[in-house]
Amino acid sequence: MKHVRITTAHQSITFSRRMMLLGGAQAAVGGLLIGRMGWLAIAQNQKYQLLSESNRVQLIPVPPRRGWIIDRNGKPIAINKASFRVDLIPQQIVNGPQVISELQRLMNLPPDEVDRITRELAASRGFQPVSVADNVPYEYYAAITVRLPDLPGVAASRGFTRFYPGGSTVGQLVGYVGAASAAEYEKENKNPLLLIPGVKIGKEGLEKALESTLRGEPGGQRVEVTARGKLVKELDPKPDRSGGTVQLTIDSELHEYAARRIGDQSAAVVVIDVASGDILAMPSMPSFDPNNFSDGISGNEWKQLSGDDHLPLVDKALESLYPSGSTIKPSMAMALLNAGVDRRQKVNCTGAFQLGNHTFHCDKRHGPVDMDAAVVHSCDVYFYSMCLRVGAEKLSPMIRSMGFGEKFDLPFDNQRYGTVPDPDWMMRKYHRKWQGYDTVNMSIGQGMVLINPLQLAVMASRLATGKRVVPRLLKNTPVVPQTQLAVDQDHLDFIRKAMWGVVDHGTAAGAKLPLDGIQMAGKTGTAQTHNLAAHERGDYTSATWKLRDHSLFMAFVPFDNPRYAAATIVEHGGFGAAVAAPLIRDTLTFLYDKPKAIAALQTFEQALGGTLEERLARKTGAWRSANGLPPAASKA
Amino acid sequence: MITSAIIPRPLAKLPWRLIFIVLGIAGFGLIVLYSAAGGSIRPWAVKQAIVFVGFLAIAIGMSWMKESTIKAIAFPLYGVTLVMLIGVEGLGFVSKGARRWLDLGPIRLQPSEFMKPAIVLTLARFYELVPAAEIRKWRAIWPALALLGVPAVLILVQPDLGTCIMVVLCGVTVMFLAGLPWWIFVGPLAAVGVAAPIVYSMMHGYQRKRIDVFLDPEGDPLGAGYHIAQSKIAIGSGGIWGKGFLHGSQSHLQYLPEGHTDFVFATMAEEWGLVGGVILICAFGAVINWGMRVSQNARTRFGQLAAAGLSATIFFYVSINLLMVMGLAPVVGVPLPLVSFGGSAVMTIMLCLGLLMALERQQRTVSRLI
Repeated sequence: MKHVRITTAHQSITFSRRMMLLGGAQAAVGGLLIGRMGWLAIAQNQKYQLLSESNRVQLIPVPPRRGWIIDRNGKPIAINKASFRVDLIPQQIVNGPQVISELQRLMNLPPDEVDRITRELAASRGFQPVSVADNVPYEYYAAITVRLPDLPGVAASRGFTRFYPGGSTVGQLVGYVGAASAAEYEKENKNPLLLIPGVKIGKEGLEKALESTLRGEPGGQRVEVTARGKLVKELDPKPDRSGGTVQLTIDSELHEYAARRIGDQSAAVVVIDVASGDILAMPSMPSFDPNNFSDGISGNEWKQLSGDDHLPLVDKALESLYPSGSTIKPSMAMALLNAGVDRRQKVNCTGAFQLGNHTFHCDKRHGPVDMDAAVVHSCDVYFYSMCLRVGAEKLSPMIRSMGFGEKFDLPFDNQRYGTVPDPDWMMRKYHRKWQGYDTVNMSIGQGMVLINPLQLAVMASRLATGKRVVPRLLKNTPVVPQTQLAVDQDHLDFIRKAMWGVVDHGTAAGAKLPLDGIQMAGKTGTAQTHNLAAHERGDYTSATWKLRDHSLFMAFVPFDNPRYAAATIVEHGGFGAAVAAPLIRDTLTFLYDKPKAIAALQTFEQALGGTLEERLARKTGAWRSANGLPPAASKA
Repeated sequence: MITSAIIPRPLAKLPWRLIFIVLGIAGFGLIVLYSAAGGSIRPWAVKQAIVFVGFLAIAIGMSWMKESTIKAIAFPLYGVTLVMLIGVEGLGFVSKGARRWLDLGPIRLQPSEFMKPAIVLTLARFYELVPAAEIRKWRAIWPALALLGVPAVLILVQPDLGTCIMVVLCGVTVMFLAGLPWWIFVGPLAAVGVAAPIVYSMMHGYQRKRIDVFLDPEGDPLGAGYHIAQSKIAIGSGGIWGKGFLHGSQSHLQYLPEGHTDFVFATMAEEWGLVGGVILICAFGAVINWGMRVSQNARTRFGQLAAAGLSATIFFYVSINLLMVMGLAPVVGVPLPLVSFGGSAVMTIMLCLGLLMALERQQRTVSRLI
């Protein structure tokens, strides 16, 4: 190919052509840029606006107010009180001991509390705030607030404290709330809400069981923050949704009355509205004061509670099991009638009953007794002999249908349901054959028979109505339809009459209602806890408290048209008629004549030496001095 | 050009349309810097205004330079700049991990900036000297490659990838317009395709990371991809009309890094939206177009090549920055001239404009005998 000679003209053409190309390329890049920008700003605008907002706005969660627990009449059982609080954030603390001693000085913290704070601080895992004090008086709060810059790790805030107007009378019913533990935080997938100082979750009882309803939805303070996390300004808050209110079937006045009427005994009372199965009262005493628990409890308080032989930390209405004692007898009599026993047939009670080489006792020599007399005077020998004649197989189903051993769907975690034994059960559980003495023991509610106070109240309800009454505690759960029990109306009338006889002229004759035209039907029970010799029985002063029999009573009113059923088990209360029956009498009186019942309570408390609060304070004082501690500082 | 009896002749002969556009761009830039500082003229807007006015004065002063003078200084300017680049390697001041600055007492110089117009002038001068017949010969190619390659390598090892790419692109543009054969441009392009992986393996850690991030920005949104991600959020969230002056949350809350320097366009777009962005791009387009027309109207080969090369410098400055800010190019650290805070870019652009104005004045005063 010949060499092409390029001239200046050629060069000029090439230049013009390439300039056009260059200009075109530049225009293309310009177009690309505008197109790209349009794509970002128009087509993708929403996406980027969202990202920009999530950059700009952060949510500081605001804990929701915990839902209320109210009674059947709308009276508060658990509510929230506005309060000031002081916390320690372990991660931010520079010098722990110095901060704590400074707080002690500023807030006048008792040494108990300092111990607790120090202990909790040592056990905390960095993220979990340690409560210094809830319910701080404004002066302390203000004193802390002005010194915050010198107290790294201290957080003072306003919030709400759980408040239980009923104090210790509702302790076992509602349980208590507290700051979430590390384990609870992990269990809820590290829910950030649980880390906020002052956020309490249910730890026991209804507070725990109803947690999902009571907690509510956290809201948030929306804030504008810089990339470095500096707060620029506060935006419209996202409202929180308060927890739902839970209405109980409890009548808080009755509940509190029963709790106070228990006095210094260790007991649980259950009152049921037989028409609906509503539990009107279910105190278990003594109890802890849930108000103290929500502040975080001190080591000494805890020690005192857990060392108490009256078991204030146990809900005796649902978690404790006792032999039913003679309270089983009306149902047992029903079973006997059902099995064809003639109620007029008499058994001669000599005060003792021989079976093989063992002698079973009666508490006294009743002479010849028919069924009515056996219930009214609680003759054991009658039931020993009749039940042996019929056989356990025919007895246990009736006892079970009356509520013993039955599981009830109530919002509590630790319910225990007890046992109604029978030959099959004995084989399964203990791999032995049912013996005659098992029937004898069961006939008077001893041996393997174990119940809780709620079951006893349910039995009273079912005897009262002849229907399958099912207890309910939450007002918004439907009433379980009451089916007829498989009992003869004639038998039922007879049993009710016998139970009326118990109160009218029988073992509980001292516990008649002080009311005109309203009569109570009931049955006493005395459950042996230790095999005391015959001469020791009834002579309770010689036995220590722990060895005494449990005192039981179940009842319904009015006997001719039952409306309410009640039951109590008083631990180591002694003879059933002496302690349990008057307790139920006064409690049921409260339903019909409050002034009369309150007057009775005042007399009762005077004899004990003061109101529940006064006696509690004395007890705590005595415990503290016995353990070499200074008197507790009064809660501010 | 304004013709009026009131305005003195020398002033009237200035290319006022261009100056107004440049003033508009710079003024808009100052408004954006005012906002980027959270609604304050300090610390950026005031300094930037002073620097801009100073260099604008210099540029206008330069417009009286004769083409012959420009030709005469082309090679010496290149030589001095090259010496300074070597000096930077030896005595340079290290800032942000790169040795780019030469400390000359009161002023700190970034010689690589001077290299952008210098390489354009030098190559334009070189191809003016090459006879038309020789243009496709090896003789016309290797000196240009050497003139371009030496400073490019010196800048690359500073390391300053952004400036290196710009210098190479400016030089190549002049060589392209000078009429070098196509294979010169197509061949290396193919070679780059082959060599890219090798170059990549030789890059500095941060350079490599920037390319990784460009190829996969979602891979590391909180690390090195943060710049691009936040920049796209700022531009995208601005929408058509923007969030309003002083209402850009990305820049004001410091989510957008370098919001007053390399990523100033994102700051602007967040508050002024697509509308502001298009106006700014069009304004730059007008400036570049004005420069290209100077080239087309030039009577001399030097004027043609130099004017086109200088316009291309401005074009590359703007487009590389915008491609980077919009996530179309890797982050190479090229500011947006006249808008980004910082004197270097203003200086380079104003030198280019000053030279362009000088060349344009030649066309009117010498060639056309107005």
